[in-house]
Amino acid sequence: MQANWNWGIFFEQAPFGNVTYLNWLIDGFLTTAALFVCAWIVAFIVGSFFGILRTLPNRTLRTVGATYVAIFRNIPLIVQFFIWYLAAPDLLPRDVSVWFKSELNPNAQFFILSTCALGLFTGARVCEQVRSGILALSRGQRYAGLALGLTLPQTYVHVLLPNAYRIIIPPLTSEMLNMVKNTAVASTIGLVELTSQANRLLEFSGFAYESFIAVTLAYVFLNFIVMRAMRVLEKKMRLPSTGMGGKNA
Amino acid sequence: MLDFDWSIIAQSLPLLQKGILVTLKITITSIILGMVLGTLLAVARISIYAPLRWLAAAYVNCFRSIPLVMVLLWFYLIVPQFLTKFLNLSPLTDIRLVSAMVAFTAFEAAYYSEIIRAGMNSVSRGQNYAALALGMTKSQTLIYVILPQAFRVMTPLLLTQGVILFQDTALVYIIGLADFFRTATNIGKTTGYEIEMVLFAGAGYFVVCFCASLAVTVVKKRLKL
Repeated sequence: MQANWNWGIFFEQAPFGNVTYLNWLIDGFLTTAALFVCAWIVAFIVGSFFGILRTLPNRTLRTVGATYVAIFRNIPLIVQFFIWYLAAPDLLPRDVSVWFKSELNPNAQFFILSTCALGLFTGARVCEQVRSGILALSRGQRYAGLALGLTLPQTYVHVLLPNAYRIIIPPLTSEMLNMVKNTAVASTIGLVELTSQANRLLEFSGFAYESFIAVTLAYVFLNFIVMRAMRVLEKKMRLPSTGMGGKNA
Repeated sequence: MLDFDWSIIAQSLPLLQKGILVTLKITITSIILGMVLGTLLAVARISIYAPLRWLAAAYVNCFRSIPLVMVLLWFYLIVPQFLTKFLNLSPLTDIRLVSAMVAFTAFEAAYYSEIIRAGMNSVSRGQNYAALALGMTKSQTLIYVILPQAFRVMTPLLLTQGVILFQDTALVYIIGLADFFRTATNIGKTTGYEIEMVLFAGAGYFVVCFCASLAVTVVKKRLKL
């Protein structure tokens, strides 16, 4: 262990740019947080879409949903990041691809690719949660909705989904926390987020322990915010007297 | 657009085999050691000694709130000197492999302990009382009554966690350890067939993990859970 700590290092001038090391840390934190929010939106939409597909009466659609989950759950996240990074820009139409690769600043490119990679990876997990949430509802709810003359989409929107989402708030929260941690993998394709900043801090300031502890705490902090926010959401969403949406007070 | 040339894969098979060996070494070591450490942690969390409980809880919560990438970097960049001394390794050992194994074991133990703890909680309390009433000591109760049932219930989850661990080992990329994935990307970079190699690696992981998940489903049915 190092004998003398120097936490003052964060207020010293960084080697380039007119900023302190603390600014690096904050930059990294904001990028990580932004990546988390964007990727979660993607994951939530994609996951809900395929999760609903997996509960529909149509067999083909169910298979489509199952295939998506099988593919994205069985390939390691870092490999998925690399596939997006290497292959996705070339799959775009020629003009868009040229623009993407030469005009856009690299960090924006990495950010977009990371959002796709992380979003679709987590989407597969969200999909499973949405599916199990819908299947956990008693079958009577679906029948009642249909018997009342609602169409199938209406039954989903007005009856099944509002209840299913309430049930799955706790597992979704833990998926969110996983996602916060998984954002760190984005550093491997070159996105300058918290983990990259940890390496940069180490390289330029030389204070390994301080840099790593600060970055680790930043992740813990982000996790903490997400956890608090979800707890508030869970309370707000709770339906009186049904016991749905987590524990009763 | 993408043009593929797959001939590169056949040429690089010997190197890839070495990589696969490294991946398997990390996976198997950390599954076994992680489960042992995880069981100890789970038992510590129901100990009658409060400090032991707090320590175990702190360990688990700490590792569960840090990204695996950071854990790997911690163990690789910051503690190798410490590790060399502690494990009494010769300076010639590949410190990356050892630090990866230690990092994965320490990290996975936290997750395994949560699974095992849930398993122990699912064993009804009457069993505990019955064993004690039969005159068993507390540790006998734990070893002969509670844990065997907990492991039976938890087998599918433990196996799934093993598959997740197998996937996660690809992250040793960041410390430059030549496992399957790193070897594939290295070959890709030097020969210019990066996309082919990465897609091949992805396919390799997919086949293994997909089969493993199917196997877990079969085990689940066999155990009638």
